[in-house]
Amino acid sequence: MAIYQSGVIFENVDTKNPDCWTLDSYLNRGGYTALKKILNEKITQESIIADMKTSGLRGRGGAGFPTGLKWSFMPRTLEGQKYIVCNSDEGEPGTFKDRDIMAFNPHSLIEGMIIAGYSISASVGYNYIHGEIFEIYERFEAALSEAREAGFLGKDIQGSGFDFELYAHHGYGAYICGEETALLDSLEGKKGQPRFKPPFPASYGLYGRPTTINNTESLASVPFILRDGAQVFQDKGVPNGGGTKLFSVSGHVNRPGNYEIPLGTPFTKLLEMAGGMRDGKKLKAVIPGGSSAPLLPASIMLECNMDFDSIAKAGSMLGSGGVIIMNEDVCMVKALERLAYFYHEESCGQCTPCREGTGWLYEIIHRIENGEGRINDLELLDSIGNQMAGRTICALADAAVFPVRSFIKHFRDEFEYHIEHKKCMVSHKWC
Amino acid sequence: MLSNEALEKIDIELAKYPDNRQRSAIMSALRIAQSEKGWLSHELVGYVADYLKIPPVQALEVATFYGMYNLKPVGKYKLTVCTNLPCALSGGVDAALYLKERLGVGFNETTADGMYTLKEGECMGACGDAPVILVNNHKMCSFMTTEAIEKKLAELQ
Ligand SMILES: Cc1cc2nc3c(=O)[nH]c(=O)nc-3n(C[C@H](O)[C@H](O)[C@H](O)COP(=O)(O)O)c2cc1C
Ligand code: SF4
Ligand code: FES
Repeated sequence: MAIYQSGVIFENVDTKNPDCWTLDSYLNRGGYTALKKILNEKITQESIIADMKTSGLRGRGGAGFPTGLKWSFMPRTLEGQKYIVCNSDEGEPGTFKDRDIMAFNPHSLIEGMIIAGYSISASVGYNYIHGEIFEIYERFEAALSEAREAGFLGKDIQGSGFDFELYAHHGYGAYICGEETALLDSLEGKKGQPRFKPPFPASYGLYGRPTTINNTESLASVPFILRDGAQVFQDKGVPNGGGTKLFSVSGHVNRPGNYEIPLGTPFTKLLEMAGGMRDGKKLKAVIPGGSSAPLLPASIMLECNMDFDSIAKAGSMLGSGGVIIMNEDVCMVKALERLAYFYHEESCGQCTPCREGTGWLYEIIHRIENGEGRINDLELLDSIGNQMAGRTICALADAAVFPVRSFIKHFRDEFEYHIEHKKCMVSHKWC
Repeated sequence: MLSNEALEKIDIELAKYPDNRQRSAIMSALRIAQSEKGWLSHELVGYVADYLKIPPVQALEVATFYGMYNLKPVGKYKLTVCTNLPCALSGGVDAALYLKERLGVGFNETTADGMYTLKEGECMGACGDAPVILVNNHKMCSFMTTEAIEKKLAELQ
């Protein structure tokens, strides 16, 4: 189910209309005007990158890195092939916004990628699409055909002399490929295992060539910024994070779905938009930024605004914008057990602390959940976490540790109760 | 080993990548091969590798790394249920339990009549539509309540 507030990417998109994804619909909504203006008026790369900086757009894939700054790192004048790559490998539990962008407004992403390519001197782009959403991959291919036919892709686009080709690449079931360098290896036809950094993709990316990688939502925001104005976008959000943001709300609410709202909107407002708590139950805890972000208890969350700084100050991360809502019936040990299982399953196995550590985290939480917890297990979890965080090639190990630490920090009594009484403190119901 | 139609599809994928980068097409080529044959035997993986002119070991490495390739035969319909936390909060685990009972199999098992294989899935990027079930990797079914599951099973004959 997809429900939207008017915003940037979903402005005037009638998601109930089965043709809303088409080129015609996009053109009627002012689509491709930003690109045409850039090409007709020969707007410079510097000026576009300056606008991207002014917009205050921060990466929507999880890390929140400023997009304009990222683009400026590309060696634009270097000879030879350069690439723009879109990360649509959306697999962060609780996040389902990129899928809806490609389902309902794929041309916003295509236009964004063409403009990005122009701005960083890349003549080829790839969109890496999550394995489980094959129908979306087909939809995106159909949109690409339309764009090619209309002369927005290919050689000498709109008579400007600028060439750009864009292709879709389909993943096949590996969460780790969402990490940008694993994604590049996967795109090269290898196992998706993160690379050591440096070198960073801007100097050594796809096929060893300079590459910029951005999230779907980041790139789909670009046409709006360059058409309606960077300042207009910035003003929709807060000083340290411009624009609206898509929040995927899942779990115990009446209307799970995507909500595109200004950064800085109070959490209570978002909860209300999502129809409030299902069955009138009490809110217990929220993971505000996808499963890799620390959990926050209701008392903190209800005071929080939905923007990078507010959530960071509250002790978590805005991350990917996956907002997971849990009610009073959830046993925190059981919930954490499922997440720990996930990270263990998805560790790519390259780094010993991650490969072994995620296994240990799961084992220990599993035994606590099954009434076999030991008195010092919580200390053990803490020390395993210390040996993992910050000691690995990629951030998956940290992502596995954050939930463990935050669940125990805020609901220690439930974990202790479980160890002592060998059962849940609350009578657990998933839903 | 593969139909002309499948090979044509692989050719379309190959054309997306630069010259001498045909290795990039291995993921799609294996997907297309699997869609036609149901699962990836060693022989089939080797055939696809030959078709792309890459060493078989490179193709095998990919087939074993990514979770959606079937390295063993599966039932006519592979049903993958997402049970990750966000889905669990909206019926994902219940849907999996229901299917286990209804089909009389556990995860990674196939019904005796060879019709269904049940798999546990990780986040499919569709948590707002929970419970979600993926049929044969490519068809996503949303809001799979007990009634919806029954309806689907009746369709999948
Ligand atoms: C384990 C892991 C999984 C990730 N998954 C995704 C993902 O599914 N989508 C995404 O855009 N970024 C994901 N990222 C972040 C990317 O590495 C990268 O920061 C991002 O795609 C950059 O785009 P942005 O600057 O536009 O946000 C993941 C990172 C890690 C460590
Ligand atoms: S931290 Fe984990 S997932 Fe990341 S590279 Fe190391 S082993 Fe792989
Ligand atoms: S958790 Fe099931 S689709 Fe995301």
